[in-house]
Amino acid sequence: MDASLLLDLYRSMALCRRFEEAAAKAYTQGKIRGFLHLYIGQEAVAVGAISAAESTDYIVATYREHAHYLARTGDARAAMAELYGRATGASGGRGGSMHLFDAGKRFLGGWAIVGGHVPIAAGVAFASKYRDEKDVTLCFFGDGTANMGAFHEGLALAGLWKLPVVFICENNQYAMGTPLYRTLSVPDVAVRARGYPMESEIVNGDDVLEMRDAVRRAVERARKDSLPFFIEAKTYRFRGHSMADPAKYRSKEEVQKWMERDPINVLGQRMQTLGIASAEQLRALDDDVKAQVEDAVEFAEQSPLPAPETVTEHVYA
Amino acid sequence: MPEPRVVTFREALREAMVEEMERDPSIFLMGEEVGHYQGAYKVSEGMLARFGEKRVIDTPIAETGFAGVGIGAAMIGLRPIIEFMTWNFSLTAYDQLVNNAAKLRYMSNGQFTLPIVFRGPGGAAHAVAAQHSQALESLYAHVPGLKVVMPATPADAKGLLKAAIRDDNPVVFIESEVMYALKGEVPAGEHVVPLGLADVKRPGRDVTVVTWAKMLHTSLKAAEELARDGIEVEVLDLRTIRPLDCETIVDSVRRTGRCLVVQEGWPFAGVASEVIMLVVRAAFDELDAPPERLTSLDVPMPYATNLETLVLPSPDRVVAAVRRLLGLEEVPVRPAAAGGTR
Repeated sequence: MDASLLLDLYRSMALCRRFEEAAAKAYTQGKIRGFLHLYIGQEAVAVGAISAAESTDYIVATYREHAHYLARTGDARAAMAELYGRATGASGGRGGSMHLFDAGKRFLGGWAIVGGHVPIAAGVAFASKYRDEKDVTLCFFGDGTANMGAFHEGLALAGLWKLPVVFICENNQYAMGTPLYRTLSVPDVAVRARGYPMESEIVNGDDVLEMRDAVRRAVERARKDSLPFFIEAKTYRFRGHSMADPAKYRSKEEVQKWMERDPINVLGQRMQTLGIASAEQLRALDDDVKAQVEDAVEFAEQSPLPAPETVTEHVYA
Repeated sequence: MPEPRVVTFREALREAMVEEMERDPSIFLMGEEVGHYQGAYKVSEGMLARFGEKRVIDTPIAETGFAGVGIGAAMIGLRPIIEFMTWNFSLTAYDQLVNNAAKLRYMSNGQFTLPIVFRGPGGAAHAVAAQHSQALESLYAHVPGLKVVMPATPADAKGLLKAAIRDDNPVVFIESEVMYALKGEVPAGEHVVPLGLADVKRPGRDVTVVTWAKMLHTSLKAAEELARDGIEVEVLDLRTIRPLDCETIVDSVRRTGRCLVVQEGWPFAGVASEVIMLVVRAAFDELDAPPERLTSLDVPMPYATNLETLVLPSPDRVVAAVRRLLGLEEVPVRPAAAGGTR
């Protein structure tokens, strides 16, 4: 076991968790507005997957994408400033929580209409193939996407044209407030991949190493053979759909059961068992991350608002 | 100056694509039937043989899918031309154009440019009924982030399409299936018509008729007829709906004092309303009569030919509308549609 890898993964997941806890706090204080969709509980999916890709591979994500942005860029300041609607934010305060972008780091959003970004991810992969570049595109989406037309059209074209894209379904069991068994006609979303066709794998999305290994295999395959791949990560969000959702449609027992699979604790315990880190060391690491998040909050609060005279900029090139 | 030759509207469009694709390998054409079938309306005839399957790409019937693929490809630097077999079908991809293509640049604070052209025929066709016969430009022109271009002559078709392909923004380029065989002089080789410039297709002193696309020809016929009575109509072809060439419109109306907008689409919240708003605000003191619009009736397109004829603007209706503007004719009787405006 590569100790430094595990420490990196732990740190990355802790950053996502502490970042979102701070964002939730700022939201309740009225400092962050609009929609805020938390990823708490699902961190292993984004962190494991993105750690498995090259930094030159493309990421296309949804409106629940703080963790993906942080896993790719590590830039808590730009992310928090964006949530605060500041000029220093990832999208200059024009996008907010749902529209984080970093063109330089190949983080291509931040899309907030369910399913609409799936064909876009196929298009990014299409361009890589068109130019004979070996980059792979990772496309994240939730289980609620699996019934959208755009999802099916995106998968159909990726399958037809053999595009190097890895579709990663973050199955957190709920499409907003409706459980999967009431919205999906098949037991697993991965079943849907067969018809396009593409190989699929169902993964424990709360195990960052399992996630990383599965995505690494998929990315290597996509790169080598120029083929799409479908991964369904079973996971759970500990919070509601957004800050506006108290998640009363779930029992305490159910939430409790899933929280026992908390991906950060799971990895932390494994590291202690393997003697890679002591509880004390993990606490110190967590403190370090908390300090980074505090710095990001401070940075966001001190940052200027977008200048009013820029409101009409960037409509057209 | 390149030598003008007479070619069809369809050939002019093809010439624009072929010349641009020869020039820039990052341009490709994608859509239903564009390759092996040689184009549903033969606009892309011969292009597959010339550029191969890599750059002339047949798609399944999946507008959302291939419109989105175009957007994704443009995000990282390709310059796609996405053909909709007709703009009617673009409505299934409306989310891709409105929520994704139009807004990406703004949402990302200018981090991305999106050089992509969506093109294909639109507007009323002959006897194909409500779902295949409609002018949708106002839906797209409404959206900041999109440009909307509608050529009316073969020369403009070539020049505007070349400009659209070279533009770094998403461009909605609306042609017309009933104009594809229209012939006209078109310069060979480099011929680019900048986007955002209207063109006076017929000068006149009495009334300004603002129009675009197929309605240009309807309006020109009307202008000829009116000229026989000594009425000189200035016919202004917008060519680009967005950005709108406010200066040329206002300049013309200031000279004539009268403005009629002729549009093929429905009246409510259409492009004509926007043009008239501009005219009223910028040339109010020079107006000799309230600006008018002539549009299709406020109904879905009927199939029966006699009804279809009733719905669309025609040269005689343009004549009547101009005469009305000049106080020479009473308001003509046309059936009032539900919620309709004239």
